[in-house]
Amino acid sequence: MWRRTVPIMITFIVGTVLVVAEFIPHKPFGNLGEDFSLYFDIIAVFAFILGGGNLCRVHFSKVYRKKTDWQFSIVTLLGFFVMLAAGLFKIGNPEGIQGDVTAAGSLFADLYDSMFTPLQGTMYALLAFFVASASYRAFRAKNIDASILLIAAFVILLGRTPAPSLIADFFAGAGITFMATAFNFVPTLTDWIMDVPNLAGQRAILIGIALGVISMALRLILGVERTYLGSDSK
Amino acid sequence: MNFWKALLAIDRRWIFLFVFLALAVPMFLNVDFDLSISREVQGLYDALDKLQPNSKILMSFDYDPPSAPELQPMADAIMKYCLKKKLRIIIMGLWPQGPIQANMALNRAFLEEDINRDDYVYGVHYVNLGYQAGNEFVIQRMGSAFYEMFKRDYTGNRYEELPLMRGIKNFNDIDFSINFSAGYPGTVEWVQIAVDRFHVRLGAGNTAVQAPQVYPYYNSGQVVGLAGGMRGAAELEGVFARFDGGTVDYKDKGTKYMLSQTIAHAVVMFFIVVGNIAYFVIGRKDKLKASK
Repeated sequence: MWRRTVPIMITFIVGTVLVVAEFIPHKPFGNLGEDFSLYFDIIAVFAFILGGGNLCRVHFSKVYRKKTDWQFSIVTLLGFFVMLAAGLFKIGNPEGIQGDVTAAGSLFADLYDSMFTPLQGTMYALLAFFVASASYRAFRAKNIDASILLIAAFVILLGRTPAPSLIADFFAGAGITFMATAFNFVPTLTDWIMDVPNLAGQRAILIGIALGVISMALRLILGVERTYLGSDSK
Repeated sequence: MNFWKALLAIDRRWIFLFVFLALAVPMFLNVDFDLSISREVQGLYDALDKLQPNSKILMSFDYDPPSAPELQPMADAIMKYCLKKKLRIIIMGLWPQGPIQANMALNRAFLEEDINRDDYVYGVHYVNLGYQAGNEFVIQRMGSAFYEMFKRDYTGNRYEELPLMRGIKNFNDIDFSINFSAGYPGTVEWVQIAVDRFHVRLGAGNTAVQAPQVYPYYNSGQVVGLAGGMRGAAELEGVFARFDGGTVDYKDKGTKYMLSQTIAHAVVMFFIVVGNIAYFVIGRKDKLKASK
């Protein structure tokens, strides 16, 4: 009972009260949503500690047992503790312990600017290479749907750069006016794709998500959905 | 193996090399583009332009270094414009690294000759409230009282000790808000809570990946202006340079990186075309063989 009924009852009461509170803008209901959101803040703060603790547990264990690629775990732990110490104790901070954590000259600022930023940027930049490679191998006009997608992608790829106007200028200079007109039309077509087909698709997704959220919320409040209670909740 | 099959089976490192050259070489070139300004970016500029000096603007930096190549040029340009226009700037972040990126934008703006650091007092003309955990719930609680979420600023000053913040209780005291967003929490959450519930006027700067998700909110008027991706950053730099140029150099990395983006897009398109030609030629040959 304690492991199933009580959590389901708490979920039902809190869920129902918060839904009802949305329609009663008077005390004590008016501020219930905000008051309850405070619990989320508290849990979110603990999640940081939990996350840090979990990272240490996983990687210390990997190093201790010398699992595959355990050397990388040393780098992870070293990075974690050096950054933590640099921020927590404000090492090298010209303004002292009470100064801005990212004050110029502090170890934290140096690590952030010289290591964290370029390393994260590098990881993200790799996407450009993989996208190019994947496009080459997989982006095929196999049928009408794929062809439409391919044409739309081409228009967007061109339209998001200054290339159409430069190419149009080139054709206009060469006296090929219909090509100049065609390339001048690309930015308009790009805007149309973003404003009409993209908008329609995005709205459909948004409405679908909203309906899904309502459905899931009802399942949780009514106790139909119980997976959040753990594996032995059946 | 014939030519077309060999082409399809090309080692991907060759593609990587072409993409690398397409991205890297233009960075050493100094090309200035005169981009056409989209109505979304024009909307953002118009909203900022209408603000009177000393208007209070809330900037939420909801991104981290991986998204900085696209979002930092937007943040830099808007920061320069707001400081030059003597707007009162309140910075915050729903992402932990956001306030650090904001400080970078501030420091770059103060490098401009026309924006003298000594003319701007921290806590009076601008303030960095820092990061607050809680995602959209932070926005929700700010609707009642900023103080509840930011009892101290980024450097540890108490909220009530900051002259700029003394007159600010909630969103009603903010004239305009801008959100630089790379994902969750970001523009979508700002629209759903700050705009819909508290009627905040919001402008947004988004990564190219996220911008299509924000278009519905722009077209419905919930977002008054939108800059998307590197192109949006370059357009923003261009629009500021066009209408507010002179002593402040707005054209920076957004404009500079457009050439890299243009050539990289051309390379990707070239490979897609080549891949498709090879695919159809091989397919046709296979069909001919089967019919014999």
